[in-house]
Amino acid sequence: MTAFNVNGRAVSVTGDPDKPLLWVLREDLQLTGTKFGCGMALCGACTVHVDGSPVRSCLTPVTAVEGRRVTTIEGLARGGRLHPVQEAWIEQDVPQCGYCQSGQVMSAAALLAARKSPTDADIDAAMSGNICRCGTYQRIRAAIKQAAARMGKGA
Amino acid sequence: MALRVSRREFLATAAAGSFLLGFRVGGVSAADPAGADFAPNAFIRIGRNNVVTILVNKSEMGQGIYTALPMLIAEELEVDLRRVKVQAAPVGAAYAHPQAGIQFTGGSQSIASEWDRFRKAGAAAREMLLAAAAQTWGVDRATLRAENGRVLGPGGRASTYGQLVDRARTMPVPTDPPLKDPSQFKIIGKSTRRLDSREKVTGTATFGMDATVPGMLVAVVARPPVFGATVRSVEDAGAKAVRGVKQVVAVPSGVAVVADSFWSAKKGREALVVEWDEGPGATIDTDVLEVEYDRLARTPGAPVLRRGDADAALASAARRVSAQYDMPYLAHAPMEPLNCLVALGPDRCEIWTGTQMQTVDQANAAKAAGLKPEQVEIHTLFLGGGFGRRAVPGSDFIVEAVHVAKAAGAPVKTIWTREDDIHGGYYRPMWHSSIAAGLDVAGKPVAWKHTIVGQSIIENTPFAGALIKDGVDQTSVEGASNLSYEVPNAALDLHSPRSPVPVLWWRSVGHTHTGFVVESFIDELAHAAGKDPYAYRRELLAGKARHLGVLELAAQKAGWGTPLPAGRARGIAVHASFGSFCAQVGEVSIRDRAITVHRVVCAVDCGRAINPETIRAQMEGGIVFGLSAALYGQITMKLGRVQQNNFHDYPVLRLNSMPVVEVHIVPSTAPPSGIGEPGTPLMAAVLGNALFALTGQRVRSLPLVRHGFESA
Repeated sequence: MTAFNVNGRAVSVTGDPDKPLLWVLREDLQLTGTKFGCGMALCGACTVHVDGSPVRSCLTPVTAVEGRRVTTIEGLARGGRLHPVQEAWIEQDVPQCGYCQSGQVMSAAALLAARKSPTDADIDAAMSGNICRCGTYQRIRAAIKQAAARMGKGA
Repeated sequence: MALRVSRREFLATAAAGSFLLGFRVGGVSAADPAGADFAPNAFIRIGRNNVVTILVNKSEMGQGIYTALPMLIAEELEVDLRRVKVQAAPVGAAYAHPQAGIQFTGGSQSIASEWDRFRKAGAAAREMLLAAAAQTWGVDRATLRAENGRVLGPGGRASTYGQLVDRARTMPVPTDPPLKDPSQFKIIGKSTRRLDSREKVTGTATFGMDATVPGMLVAVVARPPVFGATVRSVEDAGAKAVRGVKQVVAVPSGVAVVADSFWSAKKGREALVVEWDEGPGATIDTDVLEVEYDRLARTPGAPVLRRGDADAALASAARRVSAQYDMPYLAHAPMEPLNCLVALGPDRCEIWTGTQMQTVDQANAAKAAGLKPEQVEIHTLFLGGGFGRRAVPGSDFIVEAVHVAKAAGAPVKTIWTREDDIHGGYYRPMWHSSIAAGLDVAGKPVAWKHTIVGQSIIENTPFAGALIKDGVDQTSVEGASNLSYEVPNAALDLHSPRSPVPVLWWRSVGHTHTGFVVESFIDELAHAAGKDPYAYRRELLAGKARHLGVLELAAQKAGWGTPLPAGRARGIAVHASFGSFCAQVGEVSIRDRAITVHRVVCAVDCGRAINPETIRAQMEGGIVFGLSAALYGQITMKLGRVQQNNFHDYPVLRLNSMPVVEVHIVPSTAPPSGIGEPGTPLMAAVLGNALFALTGQRVRSLPLVRHGFESA
């Protein structure tokens, strides 16, 4: 059995100990916002936060999060209020097909938690592990800057 | 893809027996939202609670169609777009493409084909609501107007649409309701934020991958290691010993491991031992194929275009230029790997998936299930990218999932891994072009002789009757057969070699290769003539107003001809596709062999702009898609085995390589035309032309990594 916390909720799961966190979230906990894209930590669609840090859940065995705090895209908004990154994503019209965007948003939120005013180089470093086939990268960069500006104002 | 297939033709070739489609306009359907009391047509439902639901017959795969089509209805219906609910239409005759006769999303045709119908649907509903109010109040219809979900009348009379639905339902449906004059548009032509963003940034949007039903199992399928191979023997004891594996079943496409979860099914497949009869596919080698294509190009093919006497003009030209171009197989690699959930009963088949081709899938699924098409219900969910891979004439991933569910005797979601997707075929064909031109003393082309070699996408599909003419698959030559440049003597030949490798349309279809070849070669001619590539194109496009419009706009906005920082050069291309016109200028530099694309300026003329922000987004996306392919995209085969597996060896553009993209939309009142694909075909030529300007080295085969280039 593995016990951990997801989006503020204590959960425990049994079963295959090497089952990746991604599939535990999607299949055992019905949190399908986190996506399967490559299964090799190459595309970032499965990005979640473990104790606040971005992690590729497709290669993280569920046992590795024993006792830890996992946040998924479903847990990013607080008290019904969207995270500034989510708001900026909507305002910049970032999503196209949208499949990669849970992972993009989680990577961006982790970046902004670590760096209040990221440079373009910071954005490159934090976001280049997240693939978008629709080509929304320019809007992602703009939305991160917008969210950073808004968070800086304490809005 | 440019589908022009009559419904009759499609029925004759695709579907055996009856083709009665279930959905009746205005009838009761599972898709009807609760409280939908007024259903004036197949697209609009208005409830007593004032909720307006718009049923969209096109699949949302990122192109913004769940926003753009509702904009058309909201404009005429006079409702606040933000309060509209959008719902995927079921499969039904009422939702078919008006000309093609089938329900599909592709060919960049969604707006072009629905522009009139969706506005008329909105206008008809509006007129019925106005008529209902006139009757209710006993006043002249001419004294009433519709505004923001209400009908307003003399003496301060006002009624919400919800209050009018019971009477509106009894009003005659106008066949030709008056449409707004474009000068009155409040929504159409205004940049409008996508309606589906919120669910896509909160993880609540439901893709096919997310579908579930009670008792559902999950399957992964062991498919042949080479195309066309068949199962010789299966040793499944190891697979069945994996915890969670329920069954191992044979299906026509391979061997399915069915389990209680994806992870168990995948582990089960790893433990499965399958021996295959590999067949002729096991000899395929793409390096050898490239040589064969080159040899074939030296022989006459099916005549596509004959204008004047190209051979004679070439022989007598003052100067001759010739070149060979090669392009590889490409995978679509949408971010959402293919998947399909099927629940099968004795007289019913329910399917949840993301698909671009519902009518065809329904017929194919019915055949696989042993049912009639009307017994198959398809729930179209969000597509995690399509790019053509989810528009399959044989419905490969859906038919397979039906077979798996049938064999398993339970609802099953079949999931592909990324490796399955990359190995799975249905690629953009490998293409070869051999091309020669003769120039006169002034450097103008007087002869143009082009031979194309590549597999037909259309052969052996229900679309062959409509799209193969005199042995020429029109999608193989589009963009070359309608050469835009003024050349008095031109010839185009086509060879369509057959192969076990399945091929398919890939965002912008034939234009992906013809755009690269024509726009690279015209650049070669400009340099051979000692002329500026932009000026040369302008000269040869004289009188072609829409080509010139985008070419000049892109050149002007990019500052064509103005100095650049040292080490940078520009490349330019212009190409028309899917009814639209596009020009792009890229600024490129290289250090060692690392390429940086700094900036791309794009001008597009797609007729009347419905949602300008979506047009910009689609151009950005098309540029990225084209750039990924030009830089790295290639599927190669040795001994029939695909050499690529996942995003490490089938790389695509990442954020750190993203150029700054500027999109300029040519104002137009022409009917709206495509935006999903026309931005894609130019980037390879833009890049190649810029690299030539920088280095003097001409890129004639893709991807650039073949030539030792990399992405900075």
